[in-house]
Amino acid sequence: MSTQMAPDTVVVKAKRVKQPRWRRVPKRNYVLLAMIVALSIFPFYWMFVVASNTNAEISKSPPSLIPGGRFLIVAKKVLSAQGVYFNTALLNTFIVGISIAIAQVIFSAIAGFAFAKLDFKGRKGLILFVVGTMMLPSQLGIIPLFMLVKNLHMVDTLYGLIVPALITAFGVFWMRQIIDAQIPNELLEAASIDGASVPRIFFRIVLPIVRQSGFVLGLFAFLAAWNDYLWPTIVLQSPKHFTLQVALTQLKPMYGLDYGLQMGGAFLATAPLLILFIFVGRKLVTGVMDGAVKG
Amino acid sequence: MSEVAERGRKKALSPWKSKSPQGSSSKAKKATQFPGVKSLNGKWGYLYVAPFVVMFAIFGLAPVVYSVYISFFHWDPLGESTFTGLHNFDRLLHDSDLWLALRNTFSIWALSTFPQMLMAIGLANILRNTRLRGKSFFRTILLVPNITSVIAITIVFSQLFGRDFGIINDILGWAGFSHHIDFIEGVIPSHVQIATMITWRWIGYNTLIFLASMLAIPNELYESSSVDGASKWQQFRYVTLPQLKNTITFVLIVGTIGGLQVFAEPQQLASDGGSSKQFLTLTLFLYNQAFVNNKYGYAASIGIFITFIVLIISAVNFVITRKISNDGTR
Repeated sequence: MSTQMAPDTVVVKAKRVKQPRWRRVPKRNYVLLAMIVALSIFPFYWMFVVASNTNAEISKSPPSLIPGGRFLIVAKKVLSAQGVYFNTALLNTFIVGISIAIAQVIFSAIAGFAFAKLDFKGRKGLILFVVGTMMLPSQLGIIPLFMLVKNLHMVDTLYGLIVPALITAFGVFWMRQIIDAQIPNELLEAASIDGASVPRIFFRIVLPIVRQSGFVLGLFAFLAAWNDYLWPTIVLQSPKHFTLQVALTQLKPMYGLDYGLQMGGAFLATAPLLILFIFVGRKLVTGVMDGAVKG
Repeated sequence: MSEVAERGRKKALSPWKSKSPQGSSSKAKKATQFPGVKSLNGKWGYLYVAPFVVMFAIFGLAPVVYSVYISFFHWDPLGESTFTGLHNFDRLLHDSDLWLALRNTFSIWALSTFPQMLMAIGLANILRNTRLRGKSFFRTILLVPNITSVIAITIVFSQLFGRDFGIINDILGWAGFSHHIDFIEGVIPSHVQIATMITWRWIGYNTLIFLASMLAIPNELYESSSVDGASKWQQFRYVTLPQLKNTITFVLIVGTIGGLQVFAEPQQLASDGGSSKQFLTLTLFLYNQAFVNNKYGYAASIGIFITFIVLIISAVNFVITRKISNDGTR
């Protein structure tokens, strides 16, 4: 941008001093953004407030808006709730999320590389076909998929969640776009003239360059697996195999409503993601802005 | 950086548009979609795509094909299955639940898509400003709701929307509403509740998508329009908005596919769809027919119905976008 302006340095300088109108940030924009920030954070804060107060304090009008002192009690209640194995569910969710994330990154990078850079017959037709099927809603195949998983004896196991998600069309397409955009053909040509084989080129040149993007893909796969509900609720049957989302829906008392218990569970199930987000939030932002990630 | 980002984005954003405008540039050969590296032995490609092709065929393609097959059957997973031809579709189109589910799905979709899109464009327009302090902070915070699970969101919002003790009814009370709104039993209020959850979760994400596309608009356009004395609103209307056309289409299509999948929120609020079936969405309808009533064939026909809707909407969207770009100056 600055290089394009170079010939008109004087004009540019004059403009900078005058501050073109569209550049100034009105105060009300900051107020608006502050409100958005508050609205984005509030539900998390509210989970904690409800989980740390008694039902009575939450039910009065206006309700208590500050955290109470009961959070540890509620957390203990969540972890020991009858028929809900919260700790196990946490572990299950981790296992599923990590397995899917790692598998998707590796397989997507391999297939994406082939689709982006290797000249084999039928490549174009295949990738267009795959992209075309991405438009189909996932509900279309969900019943036969369940029948298939059942025949493979993976119902009510974590394999039932992991195996169908090992490679997705979306992941492959995403990596193809990344490799196509980030790695110039000349680089690979030079390497191949120097005598490097295809596997060597993939592992020594392609993988290191797309490492960051692969990491972002893995993050999104992990988050999607962590938050998935429809498929786990179909596949899993016994509480000991539940993932967090399914376990959360079981946190209902036998009678009446106990918002504290449910909110405590919701908070405990979300906290690991919030902590993760502190470290990777900016990467996710870049990921969303760089490539469209299908939600 | 934003330029690189934009390039990657554009390609990723329009998978259905294989012919990008770059294709007609002078470097036509280089910009072809599938150049490949000639000196590499292409045969490795078969080996490299093999795991994907096998897994995709088994877990992606086969279920879709089989779904069409079982929709022609009275398919009982426990007993016998009999071929019934088009009976399932005939019954489906005469099932009042289908039309209720369609109405609910569209109502929730409209309530969550349009206000959200307006707000996201507005927010992105604020965040676009290079002089804004804390840019990176605001962008990151915007994405926090998106990483939260639908179940947790439903738990929190259903409490906030509570009829007797919910904060939202408290606020409405202070604002002068004399009656508490029942966000469970009322049809439109119940849809508003779900639309709010969806909007809260996705607005930041869509803001970032719009922001990425705004950052790709050349600065010169703003500078020259500023010299011409265009007001801020005129700049937004005549410079920014026309450049967002493709992104708006993209967000609409993704939002439509997402809108047709709304399931967890209504299922948590009323697993049977509610007293007047106000929560019965298309996907909840499918789920209940398949996994509660064990009517696989019938449920498969619902899946095909949903697919038809996606195809129709995509086609309409495609035609409209095409017409707009043909009518436009460029």
